[in-house]
Amino acid sequence: MKMDSLILKTTARLLLPNLLLFSLFIFIRGHNEPGGGFIAGLVASAAYALYSIAFDAEQARHVLGIETRLLIGIGLVLALLSGFFSMFGGQAFLVGLWIDLPLPSPFNKVGTPLLFDMGVFLAVVGVTLTFIFALEEVK
Amino acid sequence: MIAVSVLSVFAVALLSPLLFRRQNNNISPWLIALLPLGLSAYYISLLPSAAVGNPLTFTRPWAEALGASFSFRADGLGLLFALLISGIGTLVVIYARGYLNQKDLALFYPWLLAFMGAMLGVALSDNLILLFIFWELTSLSSFMLIGFKNEKEAARSSALQALLVTSAGGLAMLAGIILLGMAGGTYEISALLSNRMAVQSHSLYLPALILILLGAFTKSAQFPFHFWLPNAMVAPTPVSAYLHSATMVKAGVYLMARLHPVLGGTDAWTYIVGGVGTLTMLIGGYLALSQTDLKRLLAYSTLSALGTLTMLIGLGTPLALKAAVVLLLAHGLYKGALFLVAGALEHETGTRDVTKLGGLFRVMPITAIGAGVAALSMAGLPPLFGFISKELIYETGLEINLWLTVAIVAMGLFNVFIAIVVGVGPFIGKQTKTPNKAHEVPFSMWLAPTLLAGLSLFAGMFPGEVSSLIISSATSSVVGEAVVVKLKLWHGINPAFLLSIGTVIAGIALFFVRNSLRSVLQKFEWKWGPGYLYNYALEGLMNFANWQTRIIQHGYLRYYLRVIVLILTVSGAVALWRIPSVNLISSFNDSNTSNVMFYDVMLAVLILGSALVAVLSPSRMGAIVALGAAGYLIALIYLFFGAPDLAITQFAIESLTVILFVLAFYHLPKFQTFSSASERKIDAVISLLAGALMTMLVLVAVDVQIASSISHYYIENSLPLAYGRNIVNVILVDFRNLDTLGEITVLGVAGIGVYALLKFRKGKE
Amino acid sequence: MEVILAIVIGGLYAAGIYMLLRRSLVKLLLGLGLISHAANLLIFTAARLTRAASPIIPVSEEAFPASYADPLPQALILTAIVISFGVIAFALALSYRTYKIAGSDDLDKMRETKE
Repeated sequence: MKMDSLILKTTARLLLPNLLLFSLFIFIRGHNEPGGGFIAGLVASAAYALYSIAFDAEQARHVLGIETRLLIGIGLVLALLSGFFSMFGGQAFLVGLWIDLPLPSPFNKVGTPLLFDMGVFLAVVGVTLTFIFALEEVK
Repeated sequence: MIAVSVLSVFAVALLSPLLFRRQNNNISPWLIALLPLGLSAYYISLLPSAAVGNPLTFTRPWAEALGASFSFRADGLGLLFALLISGIGTLVVIYARGYLNQKDLALFYPWLLAFMGAMLGVALSDNLILLFIFWELTSLSSFMLIGFKNEKEAARSSALQALLVTSAGGLAMLAGIILLGMAGGTYEISALLSNRMAVQSHSLYLPALILILLGAFTKSAQFPFHFWLPNAMVAPTPVSAYLHSATMVKAGVYLMARLHPVLGGTDAWTYIVGGVGTLTMLIGGYLALSQTDLKRLLAYSTLSALGTLTMLIGLGTPLALKAAVVLLLAHGLYKGALFLVAGALEHETGTRDVTKLGGLFRVMPITAIGAGVAALSMAGLPPLFGFISKELIYETGLEINLWLTVAIVAMGLFNVFIAIVVGVGPFIGKQTKTPNKAHEVPFSMWLAPTLLAGLSLFAGMFPGEVSSLIISSATSSVVGEAVVVKLKLWHGINPAFLLSIGTVIAGIALFFVRNSLRSVLQKFEWKWGPGYLYNYALEGLMNFANWQTRIIQHGYLRYYLRVIVLILTVSGAVALWRIPSVNLISSFNDSNTSNVMFYDVMLAVLILGSALVAVLSPSRMGAIVALGAAGYLIALIYLFFGAPDLAITQFAIESLTVILFVLAFYHLPKFQTFSSASERKIDAVISLLAGALMTMLVLVAVDVQIASSISHYYIENSLPLAYGRNIVNVILVDFRNLDTLGEITVLGVAGIGVYALLKFRKGKE
Repeated sequence: MEVILAIVIGGLYAAGIYMLLRRSLVKLLLGLGLISHAANLLIFTAARLTRAASPIIPVSEEAFPASYADPLPQALILTAIVISFGVIAFALALSYRTYKIAGSDDLDKMRETKE
């Protein structure tokens, strides 16, 4: 299914970077304000979904630059890995560890939950885009 | 160390396939045989301490709340069994090397060894729960071994039959064990043995006794559960010799002997055990007469021997128990040898039909000698151990009454006949033409039968040594107090001896008229036995399962759903009706109706309206849009009631869901109405009722707070511990992140699943 | 307010169940969507409604204001929303595949379908 509309194409092309930036913003502020990995992932997916409808799945894949299934795997592995750090310190799996950085809030605290959230973000993007691209590419 | 001896067999069972990884491996069976050989030596070394009433024990706590512990105890009875298991086991391992081909051996040994370990566990356990576990393991490994030639239909159905019969009995036995534990206050066998009075006067005694006996009778193939044993002869012959003659089928006998000091001596015990045993003894012997298949002949005569053992334990006099222990050993030796001879004959000639075998002495002299000695022991001729055993049984009968003596003498007569047919008949007379040209079997296959026959001779020549070594202490275990058994070969000329001479002569006479005897008996064969009943019941069960599957599993999704929804609705309504604390009327006043704003009502109306449109819309696009509209409006509810994260998520998801629906429906057919108008009305009523119930449920749930919220912890610790102000996000990625990890894993699986469903075609990548 | 939401939930369930009971596979999928909405809203309402602040600690504060919405059910529902998205996507793909093989979206005709 393909909508051949110049207006849609132009809009999608313009919206894609902006939506991705927005999703990054949502992701970073997610720990303190509404947002986080799930929501940011959904916003990012929506950006690519729009692009794929305006052009087609193949071009959207090209812009994404990475196989969506690989994204699922990376996300899951990242989330899983974030849980192992605490085990080296003798604590239970998935316990959050934090370090202080000399930066203004919200960048002054960096910890494994952020890595975990990153994993969630990538997994959500991967899964959602797998759904959408696969459905679009049906014959 | 006892525990190690049992568990080591399981360990070797697991590792043994590794020995067969190389092609053409001739030495591995000999290596494996070293294990049971070593165990035999170990158990012999334990005999002296058992003989003086100081058996080796081992106890480790296990599941104490359940009364289970790893307790092992090597007393006389346990060691007698353990020696039969490990000793005959050694010979069978060696014998199998010649009997089976290389490929089968690698599969065969693990199961044989697993069985051996389980059986040793049964013999040496001092805890009833532990014993039960090993007991069931023997049933399982027996299943695998009977069905070893699994490409044959008969092997599979016989294996299933044996498993169903013995494990049904095992279940009854478990119940019996639990009752016995309740009556006796412990599951430790050695502790129970001193609790005899308490157990026998307990009201649970009779149920416990009957249930445990059910387990023992099925395992030891007592009438009317005997039919599985002849059918189990489809197993490879080493298995028949080992499991279905020497060891496993005696597990039931072992259990009765083991528990005799606790449960025995009552009228119920004597009549049930003694009666069933006598019946089995006679039926087994009688049925054997008309058989012409070597292995089935031996199987029926094994039934007869198992019946004899059961009868003797049931009688429970010191003489009877002594006779039982002696027969246990004698039978293990001669029947094991005869089975292995039968296997050798089949292996060489290609047939097991006794009418087609004859004159093989010239080509298989060593096997013939082994067979002859074992047969003489079975027939009860001096100077073999079988003679001592038979004399003791005759004396037992004479001591009790005439009728029993008649039954026992009949059994003796059958035994003589069977022994000659199996052990002598195939080797004498004119050599017959057989499917394969016979040669002497290889060393590995004649070693076992001749060694076992030799042991029969040895034990018969030196009965005093054998009895002081093991028979005395084993009998003590069965009697429940220390007894000294003195066995002698020659008792002088007494009534028992005269009866012996009579049975031997009559048996030989029967042998000469065997063909006419068979043809007469075969006319009287009846097919309505318990085996027929078993088949009938199994078939009935299958038919019932088919019938109810057809009725319940009809394959109409919507009728399944209707049933589910209706049952849920009705039972939910009943529950709401019956719970007195729930007052639906009160839900409508107080706070639940207050605090309503105009736009709330508008929202509600809009959501319900879009749901209605989604249901009624004739076009797919309209329905999708309505579904999406409902989703967006719900996002607004989340926003108004303090859940901005939910609102954003719902909003984003709804957009993506709409995209998915549009993309998918593009490839799916247009809306069609399949159901009739009346069906639709019924569905509408059902769904409205279910919806109404959900409404009620929400109203009830809102007013019920069973436990206080656990969110305080998250709220108080979110900032100090997790450095986050958005508590929902902190819960997701920190406090409860294992749940989230599970969730994204599920999502990932769904993603891969969708990809596979849409991208892969049958036949190409 | 709970009464109104209870009615909305009941209505969504009724609509969803009605759609699940259809013979048409396509309609069944829409029913799945409606049921998901209803379930999420059910958890939300059962966990007590409040118009108070969302469970986010204001930047100026170190502790929580006195009244707030319960964050735990929100976290639960958030995952539930995402999971139901996955379920619907999977069901759509499955239906597509089934339709291609069976050649019909009439569920009654799929009973005897042989591959």
